[in-house]
Amino acid sequence: MPAYAYPHYDAVRPPELDGENLLHDVVIVGGGPVGLSLALDLAQRGVRSVVLQSSNTLSEGSRALCWSKRTLEILDRFGVARPIAERGFTWSTGRVYAGDREVYHFDLQPERDQPFPAFVNLQQYFAEEYLVDATRRAGGLIELRWQNKATGIAQDGDGATLTVETPHGYYPLRARYVVACDGAKSTIRRAMGLGFEGRVFEDNFLIADVDVAGDVGAKDRRFWFNPSFDPSETALCHGQGDGMWRVDFQLGWDVDVAAEMRPERALPRIKALLGRDDVETTWISVYTFQCRRVEHFRHDRVLFAGDAAHQVSPFGARGGNSGIQDAENLAWKLALVLDGRAPDALLDSYHDERAYAADENIRVTSRTVDFMTAKTPLRARMRQAVLGLAEKHDFARALINSGRLSTPTVHDGSPLNSDHGLAGPAAPGGPCPNRRLADGGCLLDHLGRGLRFEGLYMADGAPGAMPLPAFKTLRAADVPVDTIVVGAGDAEGLRALPDPDGRVAATLGAAPGQYILLRPDQHVASVLPTFDLADARAALDRALARPPAPAMARAGE
Amino acid sequence: MAERMRTDLNIADADAFYEALIRSHEGLSDDDSNLLNARLVLLLANQVGDMAILQQCLAAARDGLD
Repeated sequence: MPAYAYPHYDAVRPPELDGENLLHDVVIVGGGPVGLSLALDLAQRGVRSVVLQSSNTLSEGSRALCWSKRTLEILDRFGVARPIAERGFTWSTGRVYAGDREVYHFDLQPERDQPFPAFVNLQQYFAEEYLVDATRRAGGLIELRWQNKATGIAQDGDGATLTVETPHGYYPLRARYVVACDGAKSTIRRAMGLGFEGRVFEDNFLIADVDVAGDVGAKDRRFWFNPSFDPSETALCHGQGDGMWRVDFQLGWDVDVAAEMRPERALPRIKALLGRDDVETTWISVYTFQCRRVEHFRHDRVLFAGDAAHQVSPFGARGGNSGIQDAENLAWKLALVLDGRAPDALLDSYHDERAYAADENIRVTSRTVDFMTAKTPLRARMRQAVLGLAEKHDFARALINSGRLSTPTVHDGSPLNSDHGLAGPAAPGGPCPNRRLADGGCLLDHLGRGLRFEGLYMADGAPGAMPLPAFKTLRAADVPVDTIVVGAGDAEGLRALPDPDGRVAATLGAAPGQYILLRPDQHVASVLPTFDLADARAALDRALARPPAPAMARAGE
Repeated sequence: MAERMRTDLNIADADAFYEALIRSHEGLSDDDSNLLNARLVLLLANQVGDMAILQQCLAAARDGLD
């Protein structure tokens, strides 16, 4: 394969440079996967945005690489998931070695009838390219400004003003909300003087994208503790798109980073790992990382998402995926606050939910690093014991931690949830489970496309016995709840989703008569054991951070 | 029939346990760390109680070290 030809995007001369005073609804600082998916999500909710891209091209190297099933479900709303899945490499088997011996392998067993696998590996630049293409299909709602670099920020009660540097000069850029998606070294975070403290892991990792000639055979994820072919403490090898490989070596702390990155030093160890000589590298880098997050994801008119807000160990693919999940969480909330239908407090829930998710990801990935880096004799001995026992005993395999791969966070305890004690696969705070339907489409195709809530009502009896008038009342509310009657062929003008073999009900774990209230981001707000209009309205108000409506005066009082 | 040693996973959150185990050693010298592990073996053995199972655990732990 020829090396990827990074596209060049021309600098944009913005109208502000020529003296126009504009107030944008949303300015997104940073056009990586998080910023671009936020812009696309906002556009799907009818909100315009400006995206500032500091460079004139896409990010270098494969970087985020592993796109999770939930991320693909989100990107599918923008038409980006299928191109990623087609070009990318789908894997499901991971093999773990101690030295040369395979101690165990795992299969990412996908749920049944899923349109997307657990993971697709594709270089970040391809994902960004598809996301950029999708912004051009967004009805003119997204303005990408290449070579426009935010250098400073100030805010007041009505908005925030960025200082932006371009090849043509500086200009002020004003927005009602600014979302910083500008990465771990976030300019906005620094300009606001926000701390980003956390745990430093004293280790350097060599990372490379590798092109090989011809067929490469099986491309399972392979992870070595103390590999025999290299002095590194661990090594990781992944397949990726266009027949390429991605390799990682854990070098240690006291190394000469510049020397390690030289091809004459890196290539021999890559050849040893892959066991072949016909390899070329297209990208070599050395990285370190910390596990940390900003204390608050929201500072009035400025919100932080992705690596700008949180950084985790890369083992587990929880950086890029959780960043895109930040964006899906924020988009509908910004849209409803901007148009005045939800109170400002809804944006506080973005912090509540996504800081909770970041804490989960930091906790999980820190444990992985603690297993991977045996920095004390005790840790080394414990790891040796686990790896030794794992060859014969199942329980020890569960203790081997070479990365716990990204799953979407269930926002337990979110202030937006109304918990009625039902906890099935569709649980308050988590995404609605997906399933391919008998007609070839899938459940999530029907959900989360507009700026409305949706209710999945599990049909119970004949249409005449169902509370269809109440569903119509909910559909007419200021923030509509569009009810889908699951298991009915027709629902008198309401949406109906036939479920001939009961697979939707089984996927949701929902019994007849239950009502699942879904937010615009396909997340469950509440599961009502039986439908009740007042309960549904209360759950809607809560999911919008609105104060509860005053109780209606009861007759006779 | 004698009881058999469990080898399937019996810890609800294995990663949390492992983290707690590693943390319990923080700040200890190598000698004290070894002593902690020895104490832990005794405490856990007393939870198990059954001598047949303990014998199987001893054999499994020894396996491969000769």
